[in-house]
Amino acid sequence: MEIKDYIIELNNISKSFGDKVILDDVSIKVKKGEFVTILGPSGCGKTTLLRLLAGFGQADKGEIKINGKDYTDIPPHERPVNTVFQRYALFPHLDVYENIAFGLKLQKVPAPEIDKCVRRVLKMVSMTDYEDRDVESLSGGQQQRVAIARAIANQPKVLLLDEPLAALDLKMRKDMQIELKEMHKKLGITFIYVTHDQEEALTLSDTIIVMNEGKIQQIGTPTDIYNEPQNSFVADFIGESNILNGTMVKDKLVEFAGHEFECIDEGFGENTPVDVVVRPEDIYIVRNLESAQFTATVKSCTFKGVHYEMYVDTDKGYELMIQDYNAFAPEQEVGLIIRPADIQVMHKERTCNTFEGEVVDETHVKFLGETFETLPQEEFKHGEEVDIQVDFSKIDLIDHVEEGMLEGDVHFIIYKGDHYHLTILTDNGDHIWVDTTDIWDKGDLVGINIAPADIKIVKRNEHND
Amino acid sequence: MKKFFAQCYIWLLLVVLYAPIVFIGIFSFTESKVLGNWTGFSTKLYTNLFTGDMQGTGSLMSAIENTIIIALIAASVATLLGTIAAIGIHNMRGRGKQAISFLNSIPILNPDIITGVSLFLLFVFLHISQGYVTVVLAHITLCTPYVVLNVLPRLTQMNPNIYEAALDLGATPFQALKKVLLPMLKPGMISGFILAFTMSLDDFAITFFTRGTVGLDTLSTYIYTDARKGGLTPELRPLITLMFVGVLILLIVINIRAMRNAKNNAQ
Amino acid sequence: MSIMTKRSTWALPYTIFLLLFVALPLIIIILYAFQDSSGNFSLGNFAKFFTDADAIGTFALSLEVAIENTIICILLGYPAAWILANRKLNRSTITVVLFIMPMWINALMRTLATAELFHVMGIQLGKGTLLVGMVYDYLPFMIYPIYNILNKMDKSYAEAASDLGATPWQVFWKVQVPLSMPGVVSGIMMVFMPTVSTFAISEFLTNNKIKLFGTIIQENINSSMWNYGAALSLVMLIIIGITSLLQDNKKEVNGIV
Repeated sequence: MEIKDYIIELNNISKSFGDKVILDDVSIKVKKGEFVTILGPSGCGKTTLLRLLAGFGQADKGEIKINGKDYTDIPPHERPVNTVFQRYALFPHLDVYENIAFGLKLQKVPAPEIDKCVRRVLKMVSMTDYEDRDVESLSGGQQQRVAIARAIANQPKVLLLDEPLAALDLKMRKDMQIELKEMHKKLGITFIYVTHDQEEALTLSDTIIVMNEGKIQQIGTPTDIYNEPQNSFVADFIGESNILNGTMVKDKLVEFAGHEFECIDEGFGENTPVDVVVRPEDIYIVRNLESAQFTATVKSCTFKGVHYEMYVDTDKGYELMIQDYNAFAPEQEVGLIIRPADIQVMHKERTCNTFEGEVVDETHVKFLGETFETLPQEEFKHGEEVDIQVDFSKIDLIDHVEEGMLEGDVHFIIYKGDHYHLTILTDNGDHIWVDTTDIWDKGDLVGINIAPADIKIVKRNEHND
Repeated sequence: MKKFFAQCYIWLLLVVLYAPIVFIGIFSFTESKVLGNWTGFSTKLYTNLFTGDMQGTGSLMSAIENTIIIALIAASVATLLGTIAAIGIHNMRGRGKQAISFLNSIPILNPDIITGVSLFLLFVFLHISQGYVTVVLAHITLCTPYVVLNVLPRLTQMNPNIYEAALDLGATPFQALKKVLLPMLKPGMISGFILAFTMSLDDFAITFFTRGTVGLDTLSTYIYTDARKGGLTPELRPLITLMFVGVLILLIVINIRAMRNAKNNAQ
Repeated sequence: MSIMTKRSTWALPYTIFLLLFVALPLIIIILYAFQDSSGNFSLGNFAKFFTDADAIGTFALSLEVAIENTIICILLGYPAAWILANRKLNRSTITVVLFIMPMWINALMRTLATAELFHVMGIQLGKGTLLVGMVYDYLPFMIYPIYNILNKMDKSYAEAASDLGATPWQVFWKVQVPLSMPGVVSGIMMVFMPTVSTFAISEFLTNNKIKLFGTIIQENINSSMWNYGAALSLVMLIIIGITSLLQDNKKEVNGIV
């Protein structure tokens, strides 16, 4: 019974190109008629996922069901889905009419019916009277409309849209967003929409699937995703946020930014390290220092049209971003209040780096493809497989790439109020997480060193596999 | 002033460059057997050329015929082979692609004489008797790389989603090829064909080495033998003149059309 | 992906064709070059070439004529290409077409016309006529690639240079000439290679008085001296190989269309 309600089921899809894992065990279920957005930064695997759905390429593992039927190995032209491509992909040798009629003609639909259908979809995308135009004479927005018309003329069960608005300017993008939403209502079919634009996702979708590094980070309604991000990636990617390291002291009490706050979260245990998210509009800023939970000094204040955006330094040295309708002058001492319901507490994905390694001798271990010097130890024998733990803050990043034991580039940055939490992607494709107060930019090449004293060798955790 | 000198230089070069042709053109309108000897205006050489009524000469007509037929066959086969190859090469990666691209560039970079000699030795080595077939094969070898080089850029410039869009809209791979890919490659195939055709028309050295001893002549080899015999067949004069005028008109038409298109697009 | 990767097999027929008609023939040249007439391995063909003063002389003369021709073509062709590409000096497309057109006409016909003109004018055929005739034949091949690159060159380079204080003369020498070098290089390829290897053209232009390297190859092949002919071809192939190193490998061969 339930299965029938799902128009699309992706079960445990994995896909790699060479050594690079693009999709890692992704499962998604989509209900009939939903507007689903797959959201993530470039390279997160979202376009690959869409292409697998359309039939361009095959998953290494997993199963694709459309309307309850297995479509995993069915070629694209036999799938009941149609795609709107990012760069339109209109056939330049055909005019608007012929482009839209392309699929119908292949199905040998009688000419009068094709005619009716072409006119109907052209009307739907507000392009009536453009039938005879050469597609290359159209503007970007018009080409996009024709591309949409062409895809829906085939009456697909599911419409796949691959960043369809990415090439349009801001104004046009906003207009098209509204039109797409209306079109979705009128057609009543399922839309799967891929974008890296979080605002677009929040505006359009019934359901958002946030992806990063080939994995699903969170699935939920726009409100869920915004108000209750499940991890620091989602919190950082969707909207503006202050993300801080914290400790769950006990149920309903969390410590961060050097202060204890009441919150509404429970079940984390006592004294558990957590990530805490507070949206900038959820921090109340007041002149009266007495009534505040803690104090801060305003560093900068910028007018953003509706609100002011301020950066403040707290009494314990954390930097926070605050949005408020009132302006506070720089250097002004202010009080801050955060309400319990506005504090979002999240489990930490990891509290230190853990690598699989192998003991070489008393003073050396091998991990991440290199042999590192360690403090002398006798607990582990030569050749023994062990886990290596290194604190985030104990990894040394240097400018001179060639002087590092390992090379990598800065892949992702989260600011945590008093330091940066970086994800480094090494040349071998491994991830290393680093806490640092140095300023790096995304894409910077770095050399990576780890001091012998900072390498902790522990027994291989078998059940963690 | 600067412009005046520039124009003088250009036109001086052109006058010098075209003097031999103009000279041949003028003397195509006289009957004299010896060039440079004006014996009064006549179009007899032209009539002779078209009626084939000349001394010793069926062979010029058949040489012209051979040239055109060989060029047509070679250019057609090259266009077919080259287009399929270009689609294949476009979808290849890494070493294999590099190797094929390198092999493909050899007949273009190699002087004709080397290509001719190497093919001659190949046919000797394989004990293939040389004649019409070997000449055609040699011309295909010469022409196909030009087709590949004309079609490949079309493929690389093409939005890769276009082919997928056809599949997405329900076309089988074969339908997508026929209805989308080939129409988009057509301009490249046409220019490749034209280039291949002219390459074949112009060729001398390769034909010379691969035609064997069966007495096969194309225009080039005919002229070569004719000139070495010491006297230029007078009917070659109108032929040269006509070819010049023909190509000139063709090029001017193409260029004017290209300019008009550019202007239209600019508006 | 699978559909697209399968497409790569489409290159297979042509790959086989290339191996058979391009790679194999070149291997056979090498094979014949290192064999004596009875099929045994031998360096005799090369020994013969390097000890034959006549052959070496012809070889040197061919190189000399080719280099001279190339230089003359650059000297005459570069200014012409520059003028043709300069909107202020030339607006007519017809002149451009006139310069390009000879490339489309059978080279033997053009050479023959030139030789006949010399003949009628009573000019003695010899090295002088050979050079002049070759310049006639190959000048368009030098002008075209240079014109092409100058014509496509972004004007803002020149404007930026003069903005930075360069005189027109300096703009020309320090910006336009260096940027047009790829065109000159393809021009050199298109002129030097055919001139160093030609045989029919030199025979026409000197009435067979002066032999060039191509003629020797042709004579040997035609008189069934295949092994020696192959060795001479290999020598020429090496010269061509060295010249083509001039050109950036990655760059596509400049087409004629």
